[in-house]
Amino acid sequence: MDTLKQELKENIVEQLNLEDISVDDIDDNDILFGEGLGLDSIDALELIVMLDKNYGIKLTDPKEGRAIFESINVMAKYISENRTK
Amino acid sequence: MSSKYHITSFCNIKNNTVSLNGSVIYNDENNDFLEFIKAAYKSLETNYAKFFKMDALSKLAFLAADVLLKNESLNQEEENNIAIVFSNKASSIDTDRKHQESIQNKEDYFPSPAVFVYTLPNICIGEISIKHKLFSENSFFIFDTFNPQHLLDYTNSLLSANKAEKVLCGWVELDGENYEAFLYLVTNNGTITHNKQNILKLYNT
Repeated sequence: MDTLKQELKENIVEQLNLEDISVDDIDDNDILFGEGLGLDSIDALELIVMLDKNYGIKLTDPKEGRAIFESINVMAKYISENRTK
Repeated sequence: MSSKYHITSFCNIKNNTVSLNGSVIYNDENNDFLEFIKAAYKSLETNYAKFFKMDALSKLAFLAADVLLKNESLNQEEENNIAIVFSNKASSIDTDRKHQESIQNKEDYFPSPAVFVYTLPNICIGEISIKHKLFSENSFFIFDTFNPQHLLDYTNSLLSANKAEKVLCGWVELDGENYEAFLYLVTNNGTITHNKQNILKLYNT
């Protein structure tokens, strides 16, 4: 699980172009959207594509992402339970 | 033909150099465009995290606009009555290609939403408008070459019709490593008369 969390942090920083944030700045329980990392709606869509591309998870309803993308801990748990690759 | 409007400031970005009113304010000879524009952003203390999420055309237009607008003492809390009239030749082709590449292979079909949202040239106007609260008229024209007469006529029309107090206008061209921005502000006051001859002269500065 720790490897997956690290991988998620690296992907988020790189794919969402978080220039001023490093992997070490992201705590496993940090809120990713809103006042946390400040991710926006386009970032949410980008994370949905990442779930599909990297883990074979297809979200049919973008609103599902709100709960799944709450924090690294929540994301990692959801991915480990639902991944197909 | 004389004009009652004036160019109050202008910014050129080309050949790894950022100039304001003809004076170099940033230069870096050794970088490619993305490295150059990132270094210029940091050097000019632009401080806007969303810059890093923009496509290359928006980064170019945003930085040139920011160089001009940060000197205008704009109200950051209220709407600023400044119109935007931009133009170029390549439209958003640089980002269009990136998007096309991501949908080329049906077996590996993962288009990026963050890339797709920049597949129109006028998105750069939106980025500038959000940062500086500009909610006036805006247009983005595509021409084969820099067209000072059209910019002149359109800008004068906006000002004479009281559609805006100022107009931020010019040329923002980008395709791969070929890039060039020339933006200028037109208002009622200033020392440089707003006419075709002066626009061309400043463009070639």
